[in-house]
Amino acid sequence: MPVPVLAARDVKKSYGRGAARFDALKGVSLDIEEGESISIVGKSGSGKSTLMHLLALLDKPSTGAVELSGRDAGALGGRTLNRTRNQTFGFVFQQFFLTPNTSVLDNVTLPLRIAGVGGSERRRRGMEALERLELADKAKNKATDLSGGQKQRVVIARALVNEPRVIFADEPTGNLDTATGAVVEDILFDLNRRTGITLIVVTHDEDLAAKTDRSVFIRDGLIVDRKGESA
Amino acid sequence: MSGLDLIRSAISNTFRSKTRTTLTVLAIFIGAFTLALTSGVGTGINRYIDTTVSSIGANDVMTVTKTVENTTSGPAKYEPNTTNVESATGRPGSTVEAITAAELDGIRAVKGVDSVEPVLTARPNYVEYNGGTQYQASIGGFVSGMSLDLAAGSEPSSGTDTYEVALPVSYVEPLGFTSDEDAVGKTVTFGVTDKTGASTTVDATVSGVSEAGLLGSTSLTANDALTTALYDAQSVGLSSSSKDSYASVSLRFDPSSSDDQVSTIKSDLKALGYDATTVKDQIGSFKTVIDAIVLVLNGFAVIALIAAGFGIVNTLLMSVQERTREIGLMKAMGMGAGRVFGLFSLEAVFIGFLGSAIGAIGAILAGTALNGVLANGLLSALPGLTLIAFDPASIAVIILVVMGIAFLAGTIPALRAARQDPIESLRYE
Ligand SMILES: Nc1ncnc2c1ncn2[C@@H]1O[C@H](COP(=O)(O)OP(=O)(O)O)[C@@H](O)[C@H]1O
Ligand SMILES: [Mg+2]
Repeated sequence: MPVPVLAARDVKKSYGRGAARFDALKGVSLDIEEGESISIVGKSGSGKSTLMHLLALLDKPSTGAVELSGRDAGALGGRTLNRTRNQTFGFVFQQFFLTPNTSVLDNVTLPLRIAGVGGSERRRRGMEALERLELADKAKNKATDLSGGQKQRVVIARALVNEPRVIFADEPTGNLDTATGAVVEDILFDLNRRTGITLIVVTHDEDLAAKTDRSVFIRDGLIVDRKGESA
Repeated sequence: MSGLDLIRSAISNTFRSKTRTTLTVLAIFIGAFTLALTSGVGTGINRYIDTTVSSIGANDVMTVTKTVENTTSGPAKYEPNTTNVESATGRPGSTVEAITAAELDGIRAVKGVDSVEPVLTARPNYVEYNGGTQYQASIGGFVSGMSLDLAAGSEPSSGTDTYEVALPVSYVEPLGFTSDEDAVGKTVTFGVTDKTGASTTVDATVSGVSEAGLLGSTSLTANDALTTALYDAQSVGLSSSSKDSYASVSLRFDPSSSDDQVSTIKSDLKALGYDATTVKDQIGSFKTVIDAIVLVLNGFAVIALIAAGFGIVNTLLMSVQERTREIGLMKAMGMGAGRVFGLFSLEAVFIGFLGSAIGAIGAILAGTALNGVLANGLLSALPGLTLIAFDPASIAVIILVVMGIAFLAGTIPALRAARQDPIESLRYE
């Protein structure tokens, strides 16, 4: 059996202390295989985003462990952690978080700039990512001058530009109308199928969840159901 | 993020909120402008003093006098084999113990001393040109190595037997010359009365015309040959022991001597019972006063800059607030806290650089314009004085200091940005 790209081992996460203590995750175990698409589904406040943040190494679990390619990520130092996030993960959020008054190309190449990639290499790879999303002609436009669907495509280009192994999409269509939402979904699933990027979708939308290879359902910080498990 | 990209991003971020940046830069501009101007005044005045110094004496010359005995514990005892002469520096009428010709060899023997010459005081009654009106004249000696601020002609030459004199500009017209250039090469006549009451005259060639300086503006400058001739003429009738008694002598030392070597010469002379002062010593106290005034003025400018520093804190705190999401995103994408700190503190440093560079340029322009106005107005009596002078090193120091203040101001917002939790920043419902 291959080593999962990401795994949660009895992960618990609580916020606050004493009387104000709140357990957002109460013991979650999950393996994510390289190249699969998986959805984490649940109502608002169920703990989906918390789980995603732990898997994306943005936060540390209170107890339990997150493993990256079989190795405990809790042992990684700050610098290695930053480099790992930069090179391994791509992020698509419900909100676009595009830098206003900055060109589409500059927004897309942000992860490369953080990685310290040189200017011409950055431009080349940025344009490549934009071409894949049919946005090459908008490279010089200001990010704020685009429509919602275009913006989310820019965000996907930004998530792709450093050729990550895993893309995290937190409510990727939450801010889009049904038609453009469907287009964005198609792009993400197409990427997963054609390039083998692992896709982790966080959503409360069961229709979107049904399109992934596998779904885990979360309620009150616990996995309550799994669908599409192979074994 | 590479260093260059960090700088580039910081600079472009600076221009994102133009109004806010402009206002902050303006506050720094005012401080830097004032600082550049006040230190420019310091530079200008000190530079003027330096040129004036070289016109009152060479750098390798010391004036030596007998050490005045401490009279606070009662009057000094009379020594029968000494002579008293009128003090050159003391209260009018006061006398000092003279240095006699015989003592010169002792001074000459001090290590580091090249040569010793008595300082002769020539006191002609008048100077005239071509039988015209006679004017009072005070003579200053000219030592080689000293330089005059000349309006025309050249400095009186030393090491020659011809009598040469440089006239101050104020003498040119009264004596009857048509212009500064006209005076050069003409012969003027000095009238001298000796100790027997007889009058004689000494003729000298005008070698040049000197600008009025801060000091000795109305002195004529004579070369050694002329000074000696005038001294000899006025000393007819004096006993040779009085004639060869000097209130002070001037000694020359190796111009390349270090400050330590100079003070060794001084302490050796002190042991022999002489006080020695260099031109630097004489002018030093004057410069100290100027420096103190400039320091106070600079203090005000620095206070303005510190106030501007709070402007930077405010501007950047707002900017960190506005860019919370962007910072969170960059951190989520693997940008380290150190780099985030660098990004914001570089932005502060750049704002500081902008304000101070523009301030310095503004001060240079304003200073140059002001100098032009003053040279034709208030300060026209002091040609050669550029009130506000800029020296590249002090401008660079000002810019660096302001950038330093800006960096310090930037640390507060930069730390806040660096500590930001990406999850908190990216939270939405
Ligand atoms: N920093 C925090 N401090 C306190 N409570 C938090 C914090 N982050 C999340 N929570 C709580 O944890 C629960 C799960 O949050 P989240 O994972 O964001 O839910 P979801 O993404 O499923 O809507 C929510 O009740 C939320 O209020
Ligand atoms: Mg959520």
